[in-house]
Amino acid sequence: MLLSIKNLHASINGKEILKGINLEVNEGEVHAIMGPNGTGKSTLASVIAGREVFDVTEGEIKYKGKNLFKLSVEERSREGIFLGFQYPVEIPGVSITNFMRTAVNEQRKYRGLDPLPAGEFLKMMEEKKKLVEIQSNLTNRSVNEGFSGGEKKKNEIFQMAILQPTLAILDETDSGLDIDALRIVANGVNTLRTKENAFVVITHYQRLLDYIVPDYVHVLFEGKIVKSGFKELAIELEEKGYDWIKKEFE
Amino acid sequence: MSWRKKDMTGSRKNLNDMQSITKDRISKEGMMYLFEKNFGRICQNDTKPISEIRGKALSSFRELGFPNKRMEEWKNTDLTESLGKIYDYNFDPVSGVAGKNIFQCNIPHLDTAVIGQLNGWYISKDVPLIELGNGIIMGSLAEAMVRYPAIVEKHLAKYAAFGNNGLTALNTAFAQDGVFIYVPDNVQSPKPVQMINVIQYTTDIFLQSRNLIILGKNSRLSLVHCDDSYNHEGSFSNIVTEVFLDENSFLDHYKLQNLNNNSTLISTTVMQLEKAAHLDSHFLSMNGGLIRNNTRIDFQGNDGVANVYGLYLMDRKQHIDNQVFVDHAKPGCTSNEIFKGILDENSSGVFNGHVLVRKDAQKTNAYQSNRNILLTDTAKANSKPFLEIYADDVKCSHGSTTGQLDSEALFYLRQRGIGEDSARMLLLYAFAAEVVSKINIPQLRNSIEDMIKKRLQGELQICEQCVLHCTTPEHPIEFNIDVSKI
Repeated sequence: MLLSIKNLHASINGKEILKGINLEVNEGEVHAIMGPNGTGKSTLASVIAGREVFDVTEGEIKYKGKNLFKLSVEERSREGIFLGFQYPVEIPGVSITNFMRTAVNEQRKYRGLDPLPAGEFLKMMEEKKKLVEIQSNLTNRSVNEGFSGGEKKKNEIFQMAILQPTLAILDETDSGLDIDALRIVANGVNTLRTKENAFVVITHYQRLLDYIVPDYVHVLFEGKIVKSGFKELAIELEEKGYDWIKKEFE
Repeated sequence: MSWRKKDMTGSRKNLNDMQSITKDRISKEGMMYLFEKNFGRICQNDTKPISEIRGKALSSFRELGFPNKRMEEWKNTDLTESLGKIYDYNFDPVSGVAGKNIFQCNIPHLDTAVIGQLNGWYISKDVPLIELGNGIIMGSLAEAMVRYPAIVEKHLAKYAAFGNNGLTALNTAFAQDGVFIYVPDNVQSPKPVQMINVIQYTTDIFLQSRNLIILGKNSRLSLVHCDDSYNHEGSFSNIVTEVFLDENSFLDHYKLQNLNNNSTLISTTVMQLEKAAHLDSHFLSMNGGLIRNNTRIDFQGNDGVANVYGLYLMDRKQHIDNQVFVDHAKPGCTSNEIFKGILDENSSGVFNGHVLVRKDAQKTNAYQSNRNILLTDTAKANSKPFLEIYADDVKCSHGSTTGQLDSEALFYLRQRGIGEDSARMLLLYAFAAEVVSKINIPQLRNSIEDMIKKRLQGELQICEQCVLHCTTPEHPIEFNIDVSKI
């Protein structure tokens, strides 16, 4: 098992957001987590990635059999956890090329590998750019600075393609995307899917799941997973809306 | 009264020579006494007009004295401790200091004409004043007073007003030497000029050099002005630099400051711009106990442009104070100020930007920005951009931010596997990059990038051997100090 979450409780500033999450993800699987706004979807992603503003008050997360809470943010990344940000941060003065070269080489160092020669790195960049159809000159620009919403999200998938994570968590990667960008993002994800890696796709709408077909769908509501099923659950949610879940749960 | 109990080895001047030592903590009276006792030496090269200026400046200093914290413009910078020491004061060039290889560490790959100053005195192998074929004159101000009195008299003390500034008055009264650069009309300096002022002395030293830079009409000059120290002795430098940019001239000016923690540097730079003159000025402060940059830009002709950039990286108890005053006296001029600082540990930074747009200065463009990153709870920044506008058809704006390193950005970088230290470094470097990117000379830009990286990693400190810590000192320059030629 790749990821195992048991009875996870997490809070921010004393306010409990996650109230007992249980989730298991195996290699080769795609899980979709859906739910109304403000129910803890992004918090779950943040806690897995190790964002320090959240306090884990109860429960455990095991990743590749290890206690995830013992790993720092960067160690989790180097162990293969990737978070696609809902709101990618603008970093003026740091070019994407420089950012990715630093990241790739720090990850390689962790695995005992020498830095990637500049030529090979650039070749890889060019390949991955094609995958997400981003403009060639974009990577010379500062990270996300002045990017459109679509460019920012494509840049997330681009970074994922370069880092080749084992577990990718995509936090509302579809929000704010037009249909073309959505198709490109989904195509990127589908191309990167293998038997060895897994994806957790967080989304508010069912639309993305037309392009990235999940193996499992979970509904998160008020800090708990209240319903799990297969891809048909997403379609049912789309038809009936979240009110259906709310009523059933309340 | 007790003299300091430091090791007195080396070439220090005779302790009994009371005339060259400030007797107690620095005071107005003490300086007046020193002036009287050394009158002959101070004034030996003076022409009549210069002698008159000196007299007026001395009267002003007698009236004004040293600045103190009760003065509005000094309320955030306290000179009490700096003035509380006993300093040597050299009214003659200091002999015997090991000058060999002292300037070996200039910027690698940068082909410059180097002017060296040691403890405020111009030094050279054999020529105190170099006259290049294209008419450029550069070298010792003391020598220029003798050889080119007409040029010196026309400009000296004409821009740096001393009537309301005690320290400028003191410098004007005492100044004996410094750097003189004259670029005639229509001449473009083929390579940058590097002024290196090194402080290396066996005990605490007080110095006041005076620099005069003159650019003729349609001329062009790149000037890299470095203030460095080589050992850990204290120093108080009160330096005044006057720059005159005649019509349509262009000056690319760099002030690089890397001094030890016992140093006090008051660096006053006054630049007058005539019609359509263009100034790019870069203040890069890497280290220094207390640095105060008084920068004044006077637009005296239409359509001038002044870009003033500043970057300061301070830690320990270092203090940096940038005072920038821009006088838009004429229409159509553009001034643009970007100052950025990273303040660590117990350091403090002050930015006071004052842009005055006079009634007739229509079509003025003025922008001021100061941004600070505080890395600890004990670091302090005091930022005050200020616009004073009397014209109605102008575009002016200002901004100031002070905060911590962006924690969201830090998380983003770490989530991609970049270690916390590297991520912090990347962000700090990126913050500085906006100012660094304005450096027009590629070799200098590379060298400064390298210095900043070392500085941010705590590796750049003043050092006995080499201040700049260059990895490849490819152009070692040796100066043998021959006092008789100074």
